Amino acid sequence: MKILSAILTLAFLAGGLGFAADSSKIVADGSTTVGPIAKAFAEFYMKQNPGVNITVSESGSGNGAKSLVNKSCDVATMSRLLKLNEYEAAVHSEILPVVHVVALDGIAMIVHPSNPVAKLSMAQVKDIYLGKIRNWSQLGGPNAPIVIISRDTNSGTYETFEGKVMKGEKIAKNCEYVGSNGAIRQRVQSTTSALGYVGIGFLDSTVKALPIDNVIPSAETVKNGSYPIARPLYMVTNDYPKMGSHLYRYINLYLSKKGQTMIEEIGFIPVTSY
Amino acid sequence: MSEAASRLRRLTAFFSQGFLLLATALSLVAVLLIIAYIARDAIPFFKLRGLKELFSSTAWFPSGQPPEFGALAIFIGSGLVTLGSILVAVPLGIAAAIALSDILPYRVRQLVKPVIEILAALPSVAYGFFALVIFAPLLQNRGGSLLSMAAWLIALPLGLLIIFVISEMAVRSVREDVAKAARLILAAALTAILVRGLLALSAVLNKVAIGSGTNALNVSIILGIMALPTIVSVAEDSLQAAGRELREGSYALGATRAETLFKVIIPAAGSGIIAAVILGVMRAVGETMVVWMASGNAAQIPTPWFNFLSPVRTLTATIAGDMGEADQVLGSGRYHVLFALALCLLLTSFAANLASEWILRRQQRRLGGLK
Repeated sequence: MKILSAILTLAFLAGGLGFAADSSKIVADGSTTVGPIAKAFAEFYMKQNPGVNITVSESGSGNGAKSLVNKSCDVATMSRLLKLNEYEAAVHSEILPVVHVVALDGIAMIVHPSNPVAKLSMAQVKDIYLGKIRNWSQLGGPNAPIVIISRDTNSGTYETFEGKVMKGEKIAKNCEYVGSNGAIRQRVQSTTSALGYVGIGFLDSTVKALPIDNVIPSAETVKNGSYPIARPLYMVTNDYPKMGSHLYRYINLYLSKKGQTMIEEIGFIPVTSY
Repeated sequence: MSEAASRLRRLTAFFSQGFLLLATALSLVAVLLIIAYIARDAIPFFKLRGLKELFSSTAWFPSGQPPEFGALAIFIGSGLVTLGSILVAVPLGIAAAIALSDILPYRVRQLVKPVIEILAALPSVAYGFFALVIFAPLLQNRGGSLLSMAAWLIALPLGLLIIFVISEMAVRSVREDVAKAARLILAAALTAILVRGLLALSAVLNKVAIGSGTNALNVSIILGIMALPTIVSVAEDSLQAAGRELREGSYALGATRAETLFKVIIPAAGSGIIAAVILGVMRAVGETMVVWMASGNAAQIPTPWFNFLSPVRTLTATIAGDMGEADQVLGSGRYHVLFALALCLLLTSFAANLASEWILRRQQRRLGGLK
């Protein structure tokens, strides 16, 4: 067994060194929320620089951090900061995580368009997810049990929601868990009594986003800090990328006007304002 | 044959046998290694948290501070979904296998069997997509009428069949000239009762509102359909294998087709049918993508426990869904608990396989004279 794991480790290291040396290849992995930004940047950058190959995977923020620590990606796209133990693991693997804030994101509470409930407070959202409020009639809506939907515990969106709304308290057992922002939106648009949450970038006319504490989830309210469920989105690299390298230019697209437009097109809020 | 040539042949035989033995041993080694590796990562969990919490608590908060790893609801969820898929797949599958092997004409069989087998070729994510995007909203919007329709579809033909058999049996001892009338009256009365009962039932079912379409019922039906081709295929093969002589012998003794089927062919093919059922059920137990997409993944015990309209969470979906965030580098409880769940899943399927083996053996011994 020892020999087997030694061989595996060697193969793994060889693979890691293989692409580290090849600087025209960039691998990004991590959050499903930041993924679309990384993908739009990759598409744009590869068109501008033929011969550069950028692959973007979306397997969750935790996986992104893990891949960075394992040296199996160059960019970890994350919708939360690295946790202390992830930093620790990184340092142990001789990785220096450098965090770039590439955009801002708000989490919108969404319901079916036919739902008459027009707004919620932070406390109400928390009580619903705690299972204290179980029926829409308690919120001035129809007499129907609330179907509460959450992202899976594997996602950065979930962690932000847990931190910003639940404040560490535990979500009710009858809550349904779904694997992606798109899947939550799909569930809410087809379920009249559902309540879910998605990144503002995933809002469209098929679902209704509710104002929280009387603040509408939008680019303006997130940017000026008035919308309560908001967070920065990150790309994390090992060390600051070498100036002028492909990785450097790829990451810093978010500072350009073109990058800002792309971020807005996906539905996030750029950190720069030209 | 010369001495040299014969030695060469022996040598070739020795090496080819050795090679085949090695190939066989490889799969055995793979199974043992998988069990060993899963157990190696599962044991730290039991050392860390003990056995009691995992099997007795329903609080599943692996990411909480502090985390809780009560998987009782998840075990029950897996069990419920498996039970549901058995209820869907087993009667349908065995009925279809019997129809294919003994009832439908040869040409229809040639057409139908490949179509059923196509079901096995569909990737599970396609089933999951169907379950999530089409079936779940359908259950939410038309759940009540779907349920009552299903009740009619299942109970009416089955009820009529039973009524037919009962009225036939009841008039056996009656004089022949009144038997016809008596049978008719009895059947009519029983049919009236059946229809009244069904009307009442469908009135109740029509009022059922399904809040969330991603629930145990949804995945049970989908998993049942996914298990169907395996069950039909294997069961039909074993029914065929019972042989023409057996059937002709039975007819020659004056048995009817029903008697031949139920008293001769099915008992003879019983072990194969049981193997088919276990194979099909194991496919349902191990399926991950469909349950992750369409079971709702709520770690709760339904109230009452057999409430199929409630979202549930299964072992496979939990392992798949929680793997990404579970920290492998630091080896947290959150990581090892998934291996503990995987070990339970593995042991269950191991037990099921052993049970099927045991049933098969017993059956073979009982039918020793037949084979």
